Amino acid sequence: MKPGEHPLTAFENFMEGIWKQNPVFVMVLGMCPTLAVTVSAINALGMGVATTFVLVFSCLLVSAIRNWVPKEVRIATYIVIIASFVTVVDYAIQALSLDLYEALGAFIQLIVVNCIILGRAEAHASKHPPLTAVVNALGMGIGFTIGLFALGSVREIFGAGSLFGIALFGPSFQPWIVMLLPPGGFFVLGAWLLLFAGWKQRKEAKDGA
Amino acid sequence: MSEPSPKSAVEITAGWRLMAALGGVALLCGVLIVAAFQSTLEPIAKNRRIALERSIFSLIPDGVTLHIYAVSTQGLILLRSDQSMPKGAQRVYAVYDAHRQLRGLVAEAGAVGYADVVRVLYAYDPQRQAIVGFAVGAHRETPGIGDKIRTDAAFQKNFVALEARLDVSGQSLAHPIRTVKHGSKRQPWEIDAISGATITSRAVGRGINDSVSVLLPRLRPHLDKLESPP
Repeated sequence: MKPGEHPLTAFENFMEGIWKQNPVFVMVLGMCPTLAVTVSAINALGMGVATTFVLVFSCLLVSAIRNWVPKEVRIATYIVIIASFVTVVDYAIQALSLDLYEALGAFIQLIVVNCIILGRAEAHASKHPPLTAVVNALGMGIGFTIGLFALGSVREIFGAGSLFGIALFGPSFQPWIVMLLPPGGFFVLGAWLLLFAGWKQRKEAKDGA
Repeated sequence: MSEPSPKSAVEITAGWRLMAALGGVALLCGVLIVAAFQSTLEPIAKNRRIALERSIFSLIPDGVTLHIYAVSTQGLILLRSDQSMPKGAQRVYAVYDAHRQLRGLVAEAGAVGYADVVRVLYAYDPQRQAIVGFAVGAHRETPGIGDKIRTDAAFQKNFVALEARLDVSGQSLAHPIRTVKHGSKRQPWEIDAISGATITSRAVGRGINDSVSVLLPRLRPHLDKLESPP
């Protein structure tokens, strides 16, 4: 904490990842799963929940052992912890739904290298007590899930004419296939970033006035 | 008095502490992974079995029961569902109806498509010597283009009676199965490709051809054995 700054309240700590430091719309982190798996709303939610689980439990463990782990080996221990929780999630998704597991593909295993998780472990969890770390990680996870869902729902609506597999338009609807292809991910992400930056700018202008 | 060297100002952690921290975390994580693996082993196996049976019975709707066989140059072996495949053998599912009559054989095939390996299941009817059903398994083909092999009705029609007949020697196919350009299918052993998804369509044809070319000569001497369930 910088001099002159007041400590965050629990609510501010939680909201940090949802609004002020949203991983997708503000920090633009974790772009690999954000662009690759958001071809449908259910995939986006599945990936968001899986990442949140890993984020919360990794941060809890990193925070709990922060006083015992020497700084020289801290990154190695964080990676082992994150990889372990990703393995747990991998098995859990296979046990819950094979369809979701196949839809998310290799991106479940790639949560290990998601910079949001390692970033939170290093920048926050290793410096705060477990409860604070978990609240912050939960906010970040929810913020990430909101970001993925924002992309996934728009891409599914335009790319397949449905939401959660439920058809929204009549049979005459011609799906915009491009939305399900990689360029569609960039288009929708760009549109959301623009919208989010606009909201933020307007809010700041209002607060300043 | 000499000045202290900058090195001595840095606190050096003892090696045993580093080892203890790494070892402790590794042990804790190891226990976590093994516990997750053990506790999900059964539900995962059950999910895989249910998904596979669903796919097989969708290919042969009259089917009620199935038995798994390993087919190799050594012969035909009946497998339990938890038994692993012998090396070099091919897995075949024999599907029977309510009257214990063989309704068809289902096998797996795969070939490299546009993005990755396209895995399919196909149903073979020994009476008609033809492939009579086809389902797409795991694939990474382009959404909206390559993945049309799942949904394109005209493409699915190729597998209503795709000829897979052995020649007189019984050692190879009389006519290899091949994928032809969209709209140019003339023969019963040809697959009409999807326009715009030719690479994926060809992968399906190649995969099935490679699979039946090996499987059918091996199966031929044992077809009588498969007529009724064991």
